[in-house]
Amino acid sequence: MRGTFVLAVVIALLALLPLGFVFWATAVTGWETASQLIFRPRVGELMTNTLLLVLFTVPLAILLATSLAWLTERSDLPFARVWSALCVAPLAIPAFVHSYAWIGLWPGFHGLPVGIAISVTAYFPFLYLPISAALRLLDPALEDQAASLGLSDKAVFRRVVLPQLRLSILGGGLLVGLHLLSEYGLYAMIRFDTFTTAIVDQFQSTYNGVAANMLALVLVSCCLVLLGLDAGLRGSRRYARIGSGVARGARKTSLGRLRYVCMLLPLAAIAFALGIPAVTLTHWLIAGGSNIWRMDEIGLALGQTLIICVVGGIATTLAALPVAWLSVRRPSRGSRIIEGCYYLASSMPGVVVALALVTITVRVALPLYQTVATIVLAYVIMFLPRALISLRSSIAQVPAELEQAAASLGRSPVNALWSTTVRLAAPGAAAAVALSSLGIMNELTATQMLAPNGTRTLAMAFWALTSEIDYAGAAPYALLMVLFSLPMTALLHHQSKKIAGR
Amino acid sequence: MKSSTVFLAGALAAFSPFAFSSNASAQVADSLTIYNAQHEGLTKEWAEAFTEETGIVVTIRNGSDMEFANQIVQEGANSPADVFLTENSPAMALVDGKGLFEPVEKTTLEQVPEQFRPSNGHWIGVAARSTVFAYDKTKLSEDKLPKSMLDLAKPEWKGRWAASPSGADFQAIVGALLQLKGKDETSAWLTGMKENFAAYRGNSVAMKAVNAGQTEGALIYHYYYFGDQAKTGENSSNVSLHYFRHQDPGAFVSISGGGILASSQHKPQAQAFLKWLTGKDGQAVLRDGTSFEYAVGRGEASNKALVPLDALQAPKVEPSTLNNADVTDMMTAAGLL
Repeated sequence: MRGTFVLAVVIALLALLPLGFVFWATAVTGWETASQLIFRPRVGELMTNTLLLVLFTVPLAILLATSLAWLTERSDLPFARVWSALCVAPLAIPAFVHSYAWIGLWPGFHGLPVGIAISVTAYFPFLYLPISAALRLLDPALEDQAASLGLSDKAVFRRVVLPQLRLSILGGGLLVGLHLLSEYGLYAMIRFDTFTTAIVDQFQSTYNGVAANMLALVLVSCCLVLLGLDAGLRGSRRYARIGSGVARGARKTSLGRLRYVCMLLPLAAIAFALGIPAVTLTHWLIAGGSNIWRMDEIGLALGQTLIICVVGGIATTLAALPVAWLSVRRPSRGSRIIEGCYYLASSMPGVVVALALVTITVRVALPLYQTVATIVLAYVIMFLPRALISLRSSIAQVPAELEQAAASLGRSPVNALWSTTVRLAAPGAAAAVALSSLGIMNELTATQMLAPNGTRTLAMAFWALTSEIDYAGAAPYALLMVLFSLPMTALLHHQSKKIAGR
Repeated sequence: MKSSTVFLAGALAAFSPFAFSSNASAQVADSLTIYNAQHEGLTKEWAEAFTEETGIVVTIRNGSDMEFANQIVQEGANSPADVFLTENSPAMALVDGKGLFEPVEKTTLEQVPEQFRPSNGHWIGVAARSTVFAYDKTKLSEDKLPKSMLDLAKPEWKGRWAASPSGADFQAIVGALLQLKGKDETSAWLTGMKENFAAYRGNSVAMKAVNAGQTEGALIYHYYYFGDQAKTGENSSNVSLHYFRHQDPGAFVSISGGGILASSQHKPQAQAFLKWLTGKDGQAVLRDGTSFEYAVGRGEASNKALVPLDALQAPKVEPSTLNNADVTDMMTAAGLL
């Protein structure tokens, strides 16, 4: 138990390296140079762009996701189950493939409005997932009571349902916000400059120069503000149902004559989120014909991607194991703080994580420089919470008594853990590997900066080809990323229902 | 079952670059690691032909000029790279300034005329590219074109042209301007540029925008146009190239460099590579391939479609003193980066 705790702390410290690096870099730079590089008009432009992007995208995505979730979960919308699955499917499409698809159809598209539109389309499923899960699980008794006290349907929704969705909306909103801050490819392709694109520009011009580090400081501050907002708005109200028995299923609102009209909303969302990528990809795949299927190159990229996904996924899951076990079996103030560190660390954009690890390995840990170990560490830092969530819920389902029984029969603590909890929690661990792999497969910025010499993942190849405007040549890579992400997305859909039912 | 074994074997084969990553070159004698900032396709073509001829296995890491130059400086004596290839000279000048290059063999140097290599012989020109103003011929007639690149910073060009300021290509052009006109004039030009231009990421994307009528012209290099014309022409059918000539800063011809790192464990192979690259076979790839960059080898012809190099009236710029650190600082100050 002590060993597990120490291990969890060590992993947390490793995960916090990028954050520490940013502050260290600022300290080394000195305040005078730092303030010159931070308080300049260009940073102002980037700040305006980034703020506007977040301020418009997050509320719009919340509105869209909540409407869709209500329609699919709480109304008699025709084909609700189909729509529900389709609303999650866009997650299988990497964000930069979304913007590739849009500019394939409308080559001149660029700037803030397009950035908002594509971001809402690409990221609303992050909100739809938790909101629909929460709606499905609400205890209808509360709504009945409110109605019996004379509230209209609308007032019930506003005063009883919405407050209970608060945590899902905040959690999903935070996730979307962090994605907006850290995404590179989506915005680079539509010529919309954010802090992340500017850091990559600086990196390409100066490697890990001072200006890049200072932009990273501002970006990290934005992430911290988002995290703080989320924590502040969460509140301490309790939402759990107490008392015996199981809540009955919620009643579905009848849409009446509007039933079919209401289908227009999911239809429109899906047309943008799945239709546009499908149209563009099909177009380029047909236009490119058989020439674009250079199987030796594609096969190599696919092989490397799959391996890096599996290795990264397993490493992430193993790293999450100690704290997952602690938080279920020995919850304490300490374990909660460690968990918080992981969330904080994973909210650092990939470009900052990479910038930090490049500098640290090249200066003080040279044997690790440009190795698989370093890039795997980056993935662990970025995707650990995904693994943690899956692991925790499956460990919680294994009775602690089994472990104790194994121990009382003479097994060593590690052996007891292995032969009971670990084995029974295996499906959760598999899900944890899959979910972190999904993130790794579509990761571009950190992979490009940290990968060992000669590496070429699907995302890297896709990006190299689109940068040379070989859109047809890039299509097979996009298609493969989507195809391989689909099963993992389906798992995510399934998982979200389970977690919400915890 | 069988297919899954085959797949696994394939996957393991694919993994080998990882397993052998940074210290692989120390173990495998006949191998070479290139930090490549040139176009991926061109270097791949070079590397494959070189491997076929010599059996020396080449591992390529792709990136951009200044990223690699600064990276090599940080890696110092521990750099895993043997050869560094760039699109422009400033990155070469930076690495050379830190004393990290091994001098190129004399016989190799002699394959390239003096104007395409630094006088100290620490690196060598392997190809060249010319600055052009790629313009929308449906909107601009020849008499309305800018006479000098400097005109583009004037108010009448506000909102009418594009460039890719984060790219090494554009930064090399600014480097030449800095060398030719000095700090004050360059700063003023950059400030005017910030007012006037639209930023695109990548020269090909900027040219595509000209072709699509989103902007009237773009300050890029020549070969993007020829490359597209040789394919389908779909991104350049409305585009024509304007060469500034008359020793204008905008007529700058940039030299792509190749150098051998002093820290390399494979110096003989690296020397052989540069010799091959600047020799007949390497330069033939430039002439016959799809890169459309200029050949610089003595007596080696460039692609016939190109305006001859000696007809471009390029200004005289010393490649070994192009200073990119000043350029990025000035561009950062002007709000372009």
